[in-house]
Amino acid sequence: MHAIVCIKQVPDTTEVKIDPDRGTLIREGVPSIINPFDTYAIEEALRTKEKFGGKVTVITMGPAQASSALKEAIAMGADEAILLNDREFAGADTWATAYTLSKAIKKIGEFDLIFCGRQAIDGDTGQTGPGVATQLQINQLTYVCRIASLDFGQKTVEVERLVEEGRELVRSTLPCLITVVKDINQPRYPTILGIRRSQKAQIQVWTSKDLEVEPELIGLNGSPTRVVKISTPPPRAGKCELIAGESAEQQAELLAEKLLAEKIIV
Amino acid sequence: MALLEINRETCTGCGSCLQVCPFGALSLDDENIAVVSEACTGCGACLPECPVEALSLPQTEKKEQVPTGEYSGVWVWVEQYNHQAGSISWEMMGEGRKLADKRGSALTACVLGYQAEDIARQAITYGADRVFLVDDPTLETYRTDPYARILVELVKKYKPEIFLLGASTRGRDLAGAVATYIRTGLTADCTGLEIEEGTNLLLQIRPAFGGNIMATIKCPDYRPQMATVRHHVFETPLPDESRSGQIIREPAVLTEDRIASKVLDLIVEKNEVNLADARIIVSGGRGLKGPEGFVILHELAGVLGGAVGASRAAVDAGWISYAHQVGQTGRTVRPDLYIACGISGAIQHQAGMRTSKIIVAINKDQEAPIFQIADYGIVGDLFTVVPALTRALKRRLNKA
Repeated sequence: MHAIVCIKQVPDTTEVKIDPDRGTLIREGVPSIINPFDTYAIEEALRTKEKFGGKVTVITMGPAQASSALKEAIAMGADEAILLNDREFAGADTWATAYTLSKAIKKIGEFDLIFCGRQAIDGDTGQTGPGVATQLQINQLTYVCRIASLDFGQKTVEVERLVEEGRELVRSTLPCLITVVKDINQPRYPTILGIRRSQKAQIQVWTSKDLEVEPELIGLNGSPTRVVKISTPPPRAGKCELIAGESAEQQAELLAEKLLAEKIIV
Repeated sequence: MALLEINRETCTGCGSCLQVCPFGALSLDDENIAVVSEACTGCGACLPECPVEALSLPQTEKKEQVPTGEYSGVWVWVEQYNHQAGSISWEMMGEGRKLADKRGSALTACVLGYQAEDIARQAITYGADRVFLVDDPTLETYRTDPYARILVELVKKYKPEIFLLGASTRGRDLAGAVATYIRTGLTADCTGLEIEEGTNLLLQIRPAFGGNIMATIKCPDYRPQMATVRHHVFETPLPDESRSGQIIREPAVLTEDRIASKVLDLIVEKNEVNLADARIIVSGGRGLKGPEGFVILHELAGVLGGAVGASRAAVDAGWISYAHQVGQTGRTVRPDLYIACGISGAIQHQAGMRTSKIIVAINKDQEAPIFQIADYGIVGDLFTVVPALTRALKRRLNKA
C-alpha cells in the first residue's frame, strides 16, 4: 500500500489578531503550523499503513521553511517527504497548485490512495484536492469522516462522506483521492523516537526542472485567478442590547418578549 | 520564493503595503524602504495600495489566449438531492439574475438529475431564461464524475461568461473538478459578487484567513469565471409562475459502467436537524462544561423548532459530534435566529455565524467578544438563564 498525503504549511489563523485601531491583521509572532485538517489526513494514512503495511509519502509545495512541516509529518510516522520549492512555483492559485502537485505525484509513481485535508485554514478553498484528483484522472471522495472498508485486492474503498443531510456511504474504485474532515480520527503526537528520526531525515527538494511541467501552467503564470484587493470585513451592524433584570427568570422573560416581537419564532 | 519586485528608487517608505499583506511578508528596512520576505506568495494584494507604483509582479506570459469575447451569459448549477432543489440554488438564481441583467445577457440553469423536469420548470420561475436539463438514471444522486463531465461538455459547447455553483459539499466537490478540466479560475465560497465597471469582469469577494480579511478576486483571461457561493448570503427571490423560459434537453456523458463510484446509503442521525437549512440555531460552547450541558440546549431548540450547533471548543472536547460545529472549520450558517450559549465568540466562530439575522448571546463573561456582534445579550449563568428562557418561550407559545 502506498499512500501520498498532500499537506500545506499555514499561519495559525487562530493566533491572528486584529489591530482594533487600524483594522489590519497583526501577524507578528504568528506561528506556522501544518494545516490542521492535513494532520487528520496524515493520521489516516498512517493508520492505513499500520493496518495494511506499506508506505506513506508526504508532499508539500512552498518556501524552504515548509520543510519543517514535512519533518513534523515524518516525526508522526511518515516514511518519505518531498518539498516542491522553486521561485517558478510562487504565486500559484489552486489551479496551478493542483497541477504542480499532480505532476510531482506522477513522478513519485504508483500509489493507492491520496489523502488531503478538506481545506486549508488560510485560504479555505477546499479546491486543491479535487483539482489534484481531476489532473490525475482518479476519483475523488471529499469530506470523508470514516473509511468503512478498504480492499486492496478488489481495489475498492467504502467511505462515509459528511454531507448536509447526514453521512453518505459511497463506494469507489482505487486509486482515489480522499479529503478528510476532523471527525475521522484523532491525530497522534510525534514520539521522541519520531522526532529524532525526523531530524536525521532527508527531505527531497524538487524544482520545476525535476517535474514535467509546462512553464505557463505553474506559479503565477499558470494561475487563472488574481487577488486584486484585500480589505477587512465590515463590522456587523447593530449594537448589543444587554438585558438586565433582577433574576435570570426576569431576564429570560424580557428576552422571550423581544424575540417574539422580532416575529422570527413561529 | 518572493515574486514581488520593489523599486527602491520610487518607494517612499509610507508603509501602506505592509498593512494589506495577508502573509506578513513586507517590512521596512533600515533605510525605510519596503522589503519582501519568503512569505510572499505573489498574491498581488499590495499592488493597488502603493501610491507611487513602486511594487510590481513579473509580467505573466499569455501563451494560450482564450477568446473571452466569445463567452456570454450567466449560468447557475441547480443542486438537487432526493428530487428536491437545494435552497442555495435559488439564492444563486436571484443573484445570477442580477448579474445577467447587468451584463445584458441571459440566465441559464443547469439541472442534472433523474426525473428532474419539475426542478427545471421551477428554475424558470426563479429567474432562468433557459434551462439545460440532463435527465438520466445515472444522475439520480450526485457523484463527481458523471456531473462534472456533463458540465464540462456544456461549457465547451455553449461558452458561458460566468458560472456559479453553491458552496455546499457537493458544489465545492463539483466546481473543483469542472474548473480543473476546463482550465479556468475558480473562487471558493464567495459572499459578494459584482460586475466591475469598465472591464465587465466578475469581482468575486470572499473571506479568507478565518474571516479575518476579505479578498477580491478576478479571473481576467479565462472563461467562464467560476465561483462557488456561500449559502444564506443572498436572498431567495420570490418565484414567479408567469415567467416563461426554454428547457433544452442534453444527454448524459458517462454510462454507469464508466462511473468509478456508487452511493450506497445515507445515514441520518436520529433527530438530526440540517444545520445549513435551520432557521433557528441554539449553539453551545466551552461554557456548557460537558456533554450534559447540551441537554438544556436541545430542550430550548425543541421549543423553537431549531437545530443545535456548537463551537469548536465543545466539539474538540468531544461533547457533541463534528456535524454540529459552526465556524470556519465547521459549517457556515445564516439562520434567522442564532442563540450562542457559553460561546466566547472567537473570530473563527464568528466567521461561521456572523451573518445570522438576529444573534443572542448568553454568557457569564461580559467581556466575551460574542457580545460585540450580538443583538441581544444576557450576562449570566447559562444553566439558569437557558432553562428559564425555555420555560418563558414555552408558555408564550402555548406549548406548556
